[in-house]
Amino acid sequence: MKRLIVLLLPFTFILTTIFVSCQSESEIEYKRYYIQGRNIYQTQCKNCHAENGEGLGGLIPPLQAADYLKKNKGQLACIIQNGLKGAIQVNGKTYNGQMPAQTQLSPIEIAEVITYISNSFGNKQGIYQVEKVNVDLGNCR
Amino acid sequence: MKKLMWPVMALLAFTACNNKVKETKLPIYGTREPITKMVGGKQVTDTVYATIPPFSFVDQERQTITENDLHGKIYVADFFFTSCPSICPVMQRNMVSVAKAYQGKPDFKLVSFTIDPRHDTIPVLKEYAEKLGAKADQWYFLLGKKEDVYQLAEKNYLVSVSESNTAPGGYVHQGWLVLVDKKGRVRGAYDGTDKKQVDQLIVDVKVLMDEEENPKT
Repeated sequence: MKRLIVLLLPFTFILTTIFVSCQSESEIEYKRYYIQGRNIYQTQCKNCHAENGEGLGGLIPPLQAADYLKKNKGQLACIIQNGLKGAIQVNGKTYNGQMPAQTQLSPIEIAEVITYISNSFGNKQGIYQVEKVNVDLGNCR
Repeated sequence: MKKLMWPVMALLAFTACNNKVKETKLPIYGTREPITKMVGGKQVTDTVYATIPPFSFVDQERQTITENDLHGKIYVADFFFTSCPSICPVMQRNMVSVAKAYQGKPDFKLVSFTIDPRHDTIPVLKEYAEKLGAKADQWYFLLGKKEDVYQLAEKNYLVSVSESNTAPGGYVHQGWLVLVDKKGRVRGAYDGTDKKQVDQLIVDVKVLMDEEENPKT
């Protein structure tokens, strides 16, 4: 029994090493964005948009499988930084509330939280890098 | 014989726990004073508990709601304002879950007092209530004079509220959901931003309902 364990130990070690290194550079970057983004979501977004992204009735739009996120990719950074006022359409419903500006968030934090939101709650849009956020923020309406 | 012992003990442990649940009683908050009165020629000392005093507010349907409308009802009260960006959405989301848990129970109500009467006019409250999916006969959104609301909040519901230039949205307030019994006595306060406490509130409403059905004292 002991011999078996001694034999298996280096084998499992090698397997784990292979597995870990198989995660490519970009996958690790994505995960880093996603996990940081989740932390930001918990403290800055969750109160209104809810833990599971369902929003709040007809008052606060959902982030769940939201077509709005797909159609307005390039606007998300500006919306997070400057807030949003006026009517918008999300999944066929109209919302007309006011989202407060999150001016305290840095571009990297905005990129992280966009990555988290657009890859949670039934969304799958991949990583949204800080370079793109910097471009978006320069073009805010 | 030994084989039998374990199931019997398990059963005992189980029923013991069950009994405990049944005996749960909620505390009565606020000041209390003893009064002595004569009942049938004998001197009897009784305790008078603090209750929510008379008030008169208007709800989202323009109906006048007073303490009489809530007499004989178990209700949960909170203080909020519609443009509140901080804790209100999560509080009201949790109020929705309480409302759903006791849908169709005529003896159970929810009451949300606005602390921003300048902005939260009746049409604003009505739109807010409808968008939240609140049923007008179960959940009152009440508008009243600012002094009255603040006094009621601080003195009677034991919730701290105030106006502030530095707070997000312009007001500071605590997120308590306050449980009130059929006699107008405060029986519990639960953090409306904490899902676990709200789940406890839902359980405690049932405790109050059972207490009213089988009064022991």
